[in-house]
Amino acid sequence: MAQLPWLSLLVFFPLAAAILVAIMPANAHKPIRWWATIAALAEFVFSLPLWWRVIPGQAGFQFEEKLDWIPVLGAQYHLGVDGVSGLLALLTTFTTLIAIIGAWTSVEKRSREFFALVLALEAGMLGTFFCLDLLLFYVFWEAMLIPMYLLIGVWGGQRRVYAAVKFFLYTMAGSVLMLVAILSLWFLQKQYSGIPTFDLQAFYQLPLAPSRQLWMFLAFAFAFAIKVPMFPLHTWLPDAHVEAPTAGSVILAAVLLKMGTYGFLRFAMPLFPNALEVCAPYIAWLAIIGIVYGALVAMVQPDLKKLVAYSSVSHMGFAMLGLMAMNSQGFAGSMMTMLNHGVSTGALFLLVGVIYERRHTRKIADFGGLWTVIPVYSVIFLVVMLSSVGLPGTNGFIGEFLVLLGAFKHSVWWAVVAATGVILSACYMLWMFQRVVFGPVTHEENRKLTDLSFRERLVFAPLLVLIFWMGVAPQPFLDRMQPALDRVLQMTNDRAQMMAQADATATAPLASRLPAAPAAVSAPAEQGGAR
Amino acid sequence: MNIVPQPTFLALDWWALGPVIALTVGAILLLLLEFLPQRANGNRGGIVSLLTFLFSGYAVWRVAGEKRELFGGMFVHDPMTVFFTMLFCSVGLLATLMSWDYVKRTKINQAEYYALLLSSVLGMIVMAASNDLITVFLGLELMSLALYVMVGFRRSQLESNEAALKYFLLGAFASGFLLYGIALLYGATGTTNLAMIGAFLADTPLSTNPMLLMGSLLVFVGFGFKVAAAPFHMWTPDVYEGAPTSVTGFMSAGAKAAGFAALLRVALRALGPVMADWTQMLAVIAFLTMTVGNVTALLQGNLKRMLAYSSIAHAGYILVAVAAGGPEGASAAVFYLATYSFMNIGAFAVLTMLGKGREERVLMSDLQGLGFREPLLGLALTAFMLSLAGIPPMAGFMGKLYIFGEAVKHPQLLWVVIAGVLNSVVSVYYYLRVTVALYMKEPEGEPVGISWGAPAVVAVVLTLAATLYFGLQAQGLWIQAQNSVMGLL
Repeated sequence: MAQLPWLSLLVFFPLAAAILVAIMPANAHKPIRWWATIAALAEFVFSLPLWWRVIPGQAGFQFEEKLDWIPVLGAQYHLGVDGVSGLLALLTTFTTLIAIIGAWTSVEKRSREFFALVLALEAGMLGTFFCLDLLLFYVFWEAMLIPMYLLIGVWGGQRRVYAAVKFFLYTMAGSVLMLVAILSLWFLQKQYSGIPTFDLQAFYQLPLAPSRQLWMFLAFAFAFAIKVPMFPLHTWLPDAHVEAPTAGSVILAAVLLKMGTYGFLRFAMPLFPNALEVCAPYIAWLAIIGIVYGALVAMVQPDLKKLVAYSSVSHMGFAMLGLMAMNSQGFAGSMMTMLNHGVSTGALFLLVGVIYERRHTRKIADFGGLWTVIPVYSVIFLVVMLSSVGLPGTNGFIGEFLVLLGAFKHSVWWAVVAATGVILSACYMLWMFQRVVFGPVTHEENRKLTDLSFRERLVFAPLLVLIFWMGVAPQPFLDRMQPALDRVLQMTNDRAQMMAQADATATAPLASRLPAAPAAVSAPAEQGGAR
Repeated sequence: MNIVPQPTFLALDWWALGPVIALTVGAILLLLLEFLPQRANGNRGGIVSLLTFLFSGYAVWRVAGEKRELFGGMFVHDPMTVFFTMLFCSVGLLATLMSWDYVKRTKINQAEYYALLLSSVLGMIVMAASNDLITVFLGLELMSLALYVMVGFRRSQLESNEAALKYFLLGAFASGFLLYGIALLYGATGTTNLAMIGAFLADTPLSTNPMLLMGSLLVFVGFGFKVAAAPFHMWTPDVYEGAPTSVTGFMSAGAKAAGFAALLRVALRALGPVMADWTQMLAVIAFLTMTVGNVTALLQGNLKRMLAYSSIAHAGYILVAVAAGGPEGASAAVFYLATYSFMNIGAFAVLTMLGKGREERVLMSDLQGLGFREPLLGLALTAFMLSLAGIPPMAGFMGKLYIFGEAVKHPQLLWVVIAGVLNSVVSVYYYLRVTVALYMKEPEGEPVGISWGAPAVVAVVLTLAATLYFGLQAQGLWIQAQNSVMGLL
């Protein structure tokens, strides 16, 4: 390949930068954060072409890179990008940059290790979005846990160890079952075609008997549902968010949660469409419960960060609901919600971080009347808060509207119940905003608060631009994601139909195990070759 | 018929026997050298043992592609022998490196230490290379007797004495079981040669013969003791804790690998025809072993004890591969043993450096704050822990991938695969405890002194490199593992 391995460079540049930062002298705080910022900025600039070089009209994967990794297994180093992963990768590089600049002054202890880990995390996240090989995906998916775990555990708050270990164990518990399913898929593929491979596109062609799909789908869905997080599996999230340092919370909310929905979209849904049909109603109702439950719990939180964390549960419920609607509006809405949530919730966590840095408290009751003390901060908070609520004209509206539209097309009840989440989100957000920003100044300490510094304004400016851009003119975003989403939708439906038909026509009980028939031919031949 | 064949010895055979000869000569040389007085901090023992291992590895590598049967088929030189000999020589080499300064500071720097190390590696090699139950037993005894003494090498320490006695008494019982099993197998089949037992069983179905069943069961008990499989694992924590740290590291990798090497050979060559009947029993034992190991390890505050239980758990994972059976399962086990040896020895090599003089600082609380005070040591220990936990991109992940990938092919083993991966989630908790102590806790009490020593650092660097390399690029080792089993003589 004469072409520049652009995606690999995107993945490994932050890793190299992380290593360079890690070997800098430990107490050189200033150069460390400068270099970390420069690296993140360079990475962001370097990733910007994802916006225009990934051709919107083309649905398949672009900029593919394929190298043999473990040929005995058929595992390849296979990267590629399409509209969905391109946008999410842009979100990743953008968020990392913002998080690093936002953490300039908040991390003073062991800043070298901190920035190195954030950069390493970026490499892991990009790898997860770009890879098209299931084994490679699993490697990135798990490896990414290590830096996040350390970020929470070392730089976090009071109960950081508990939160960090919980985060690690929850994610790991989900993903090991996915590993078993990946291995089974790999084995079935080997039986079916005779060639061992972990290639995602080969798995897209693999027929699977609906009866087999169910447990594999559940294994994948469990792993992704924990990451999203979906309603009964969300308990790690408030802990992790509350204890994590601001930069960690921002990245966790903006990117890591998207891995779950992305995983559904890229892996679980197209691979196991028949199982999806069976499970979709349940998952959708869990998502709806998550929407309402997250909003209700958010309402009573005394802690700002916890409130934002539960609002994440609610918003990600919308993203899941959109996926389960299985139509083009739902998909687009879900994808928009993912991006919006990344921007808005990332901004909210940064805003909470800003006042936490000044006051060392996040209790809503400790604030009040900030409008008169720090007006710039309050205005930005207002905009971000409204975008999170989903006010028309801000980004949040587009996503939730499309999701509800898609859900409505699928089932009126879904839309009706989910729509209450929109109202509830207005309740908890506005109420919180009123208590924190409006009214008289109730605590004397708050009078001395300083408004946003130039650096902080620099952090929030692009976020505000995005909020309005995505709210007023979402079409460029939709144009980029739509072909890739349509492809997933098409593929999921086609595969579902094909495999259901194959299952129906198979009259003999033996043949209902689809892969068994070709395997009988290929397996002995292959064994003969091996001996 | 009765003509005794002329023993023809080719140059090839001498090279193939090179490790055995070299290790014997090295051990005797070390004992003889004791007649010449040396300083308490002399390096003589270490150097001789290092050179012996290097030569042994070289000798067998030179004839790596060959296959030979020696001594009338009692000792075979085939890819599996080569693989395990190289592995044992690496283990011995790394053990020498990490013992180097450790034995000096704990005042056990005697030539006997290294002589015993050489003999026990010799025993391991014989175990892996033998194609006859008698030589298997010979190798096992050679390895075990040397280890019994090494475990008790810190004579002045009560724990060390206790460990040695416990290991010896229980080990003697296990040897008795093994020997009884061998006798019964001989009674059932009329031979002790593994290939001939295999041929006999293929011709005459004996799967319900009580003598055969009892015999193979007892043989398995003997091996199960050596590899610390439940329910024969009781000795492990006490022995691992009491033994000098360098010895613990050595035996946790070497003795386990040797036990599995012999078990695999017996399973593949002799009991191959009846192994299918054993699948579920092995799966149950694998399940018990890993669950007992992992759950008990959760509560340990002593790193050596924790790693002892973790080693039991790893034996469980490997037993899953044995249960999967056939050459594929066996090669997964072989692969896992290699990766496990490196990461586990690496972890113990770090432990040997903790503490000054004769003190041993291997409590979880001793690690507190160490990660930032000694970044490289902390990083290495973290990498080994993550690898043991099976988290990519470390070698331990590839090992688990191979084992579970083989086992998942058998629908009847799916339950044990799921139990296995869930077990590895359990194990993550206690491996993470180490990183929690390293990075997330403030130091308490007197900070641990680090006994830096170039050899131990080399051992850590080598094992770390292996752990990372095999995690990122497992292809080479994978092929080697496959070849070692496919070319079984």
